Amino acid sequence: MLTFRNYSIRRKLTWMNMLVSGAALLLACTAFAGYELADFRQTLVRSLSIQAQIIGANSASALLIRDPDGARDTLAALKAAPDIVSASVFDSAGKVFARYSRDGAGAAAPLETLPGNEIEEFRFTSSQLILSRAIDFRGRRIGTVRIRSDLSEVNGRLLRYTGIVMVVLAVSLLAAFAFSSVFQRATAKPIVDLANTARIVSREKKYSLRAPVTKNTDEIAVLVDSFNEMLEQIQQRDTALRNARDELELRVEQRTEQLEAVNKELESFTYSVAHDLRAPLRHIQGFADALQEDYGGTLDSAVLGYIRRIIDSTRRMDELISDLLALAQVGRQELVFQTVPLNAVVQDVIHELSEENQARHIEWRAGKLPAAECDPRLMKLAFYNLISNAVKYTRPRDPAIIEIGETSVQGEKVIFVRDNGVGFNMKYAHKLFGVFERLHRREDFEGTGVGLATVQRIVHKHGGRIWAEAEPDRGATFYLTLGRKQ
Amino acid sequence: MNGESRILLVEDDPQDVELMLRALRSESVKSRVEVVRDGEEALDYLFCRGEYRHRSADQPPTLVLLDLKLPKVGGLQVLQEVKASSVCRSIPVVVLTSSGEQRDIAESYRLGVNSYIQKPVDIGEFRRAIRTLALYWLGVNRSPFAQKPMNLQ
Repeated sequence: MLTFRNYSIRRKLTWMNMLVSGAALLLACTAFAGYELADFRQTLVRSLSIQAQIIGANSASALLIRDPDGARDTLAALKAAPDIVSASVFDSAGKVFARYSRDGAGAAAPLETLPGNEIEEFRFTSSQLILSRAIDFRGRRIGTVRIRSDLSEVNGRLLRYTGIVMVVLAVSLLAAFAFSSVFQRATAKPIVDLANTARIVSREKKYSLRAPVTKNTDEIAVLVDSFNEMLEQIQQRDTALRNARDELELRVEQRTEQLEAVNKELESFTYSVAHDLRAPLRHIQGFADALQEDYGGTLDSAVLGYIRRIIDSTRRMDELISDLLALAQVGRQELVFQTVPLNAVVQDVIHELSEENQARHIEWRAGKLPAAECDPRLMKLAFYNLISNAVKYTRPRDPAIIEIGETSVQGEKVIFVRDNGVGFNMKYAHKLFGVFERLHRREDFEGTGVGLATVQRIVHKHGGRIWAEAEPDRGATFYLTLGRKQ
Repeated sequence: MNGESRILLVEDDPQDVELMLRALRSESVKSRVEVVRDGEEALDYLFCRGEYRHRSADQPPTLVLLDLKLPKVGGLQVLQEVKASSVCRSIPVVVLTSSGEQRDIAESYRLGVNSYIQKPVDIGEFRRAIRTLALYWLGVNRSPFAQKPMNLQ
C-alpha cells in the first residue's frame, strides 16, 4: 500500500477503476453463478426424488411378493437416465433386494438406516448426489430405494460459469482500463498539468506561467482557476513592486541631480561672493581713501568723518563676507578625521588670543581634555570662535576668568567653555546659533553673528551637539559633545 | 627702481586699473605699465600677435600682474598658455586677484605661477601688498631678460 501511495494520480485512478469494477463484477457474477448452481442442484434433487418415488411405487409389489427380478426390471428402466450411476432397492431389513449399476459392476454399499419419521434423505459427495427414499405400502414401511446420481453435469456447469466469469471479468477489466484512460484525460490530466505548472513556478519563479484551463466546471477547474488567479496576483504585485522600486530609483537619481545642481550653484555663488562682491568694496574704500588723501586738506571735519565712516562700513562688509565664506566652507568641506589631542588645540588658541589681548587681564583655567577623533582644522576653528567669544564678552571684567574643561552632564561627558562675562538672557538662547543673529548691540560688542553658527555647523558635522547656559551679567557656559569622541 | 622695467597689468575692471596705477604711483614705482583688458588681449600682447603683432618679442615685460576673472579668456587659461610656451615661460607672472579660494591658489601654482597675491579689501593693506610686490619683483628679484644687473634703490 505504501507503494500505492507513491503512485502518480494517473496510476491511482486506473487502479481504482480496475479494482472497483473488477470487485463489483466478481461479486455480481459470483452471486449469479451461486444462485444458478443452487437452483440447479434443487432441480436435480427434485427429479431424483421423483425417480425414486416412481421406482418405489413400481417395486412395492415385487417387494411384497419377494420378486427381486421384478424389482431389477424396474431399476433397469433407469438406463434411460444417463446421470444415474447406480440404484438399489433394500428390503425392510435393510438388505439389498435388487440392484442396478450403469456399468454393471460393483456391489451395493450397505444402507444407512433412515430415521423412522423421515421418508427421504439426500446428501452430496464431491462427485455424487445420493438420495434415499422409503417405500411405504398402506402406512407400513416395506423397503428403501437409494439412487446415486453423477454430479459431472453440475460440476461442468460450475466450470463453465467460472470460465464465463473469468472471461467477462477480463473483458470488463480491459474495458474499464480503456474507459479509465478516457476519464483520466478529463480528471487526472488537469491535476497533473497543475502539478507540473506549480513545480516549474516554484522552481524557476516564473510567475508569468499559467496552468492549462480545463473545460470542466468541477472542483479541479476551481483549483486551476484559483491557482492561476494567485499567479496573476503575484505577477501584478511583482510588477507593482518593480515599478515602485524603479520609480524610487529614478526619484533618488533626480534628487541627487538636483542636489548636485544646487551644490554647484552654491559653490559658484560663494565664488561670486568671494570674488565679485569684494571688488566694488575695494573700489569704494580705494576711492574714499583717494578722496581723503588728495583733498583731505581742503575738506572740513564733517566730510572727513563721513569718509571715515564709508571706509569703516566697507571694512565691516568685508568681515561679513569673510565670515560667511568661512561658514559656507565648513558646510562644503569633507571632514578629515584624525585623533586630535584637544588640550593642544585649546592651548594653541589660548596662546593666540593672549598675544592679541595683551592689554587685558585674563585668568585662564584650562582643565584636562580628552583626545578626540575629529577634523583638526575645523575643531581648532570651533574652539577659536568659542574662546574668542569668551574673551570678547568678558571685556568689562577685571580679571576675566575663562575656564575650559570636561565635565559630566547626565552621565554624558561634555566639553565646556565658561566665562564670567556679560552673559545673555536665556529667553534668546534659541537665536544664539543662527546666522547673523546677535544678542548684543554692535556699539557694545563688535561681531558679525556668524561665529557661533560656524561652531554649531562644525559640531553638527562631527555628529555632536552644542548648547549654552547663561545669565545676564553672570557669564555664559557653552557645552559641546562630539559624536565621534573616543 | 629701474625705469626700463615694464609691467603688463591684465585687469578688466577700470576702477581696479585706476586704483592699481594710483597705488604704484604712490609707492614710487617707476616702471612703465601696459594695461590689457582681457585674457585674449593679454595673450596677443605676450605672443606678439593681433593688434600687438608689431611688438618686438625681444622685449618681454619684466612682470605680468594677472587677474583671474577676465572676459573672453580667463586668467588661469592665460597662465596655462604662457607657462606652456617655451618663449614666454620665463616671464614672471604674479596672480593678483580678489579670490582667496584654495582651489584657485592650488590651480595657479599647478600651472606654474610665480606668486599669488589676494587683493586685500583694506586700502592700507592693499598698498602694503603692492609696495612689497614691487620691491621684490622689480627690485630684489633678478629677471632672466635683463642684460645687466638692475640697480637696487
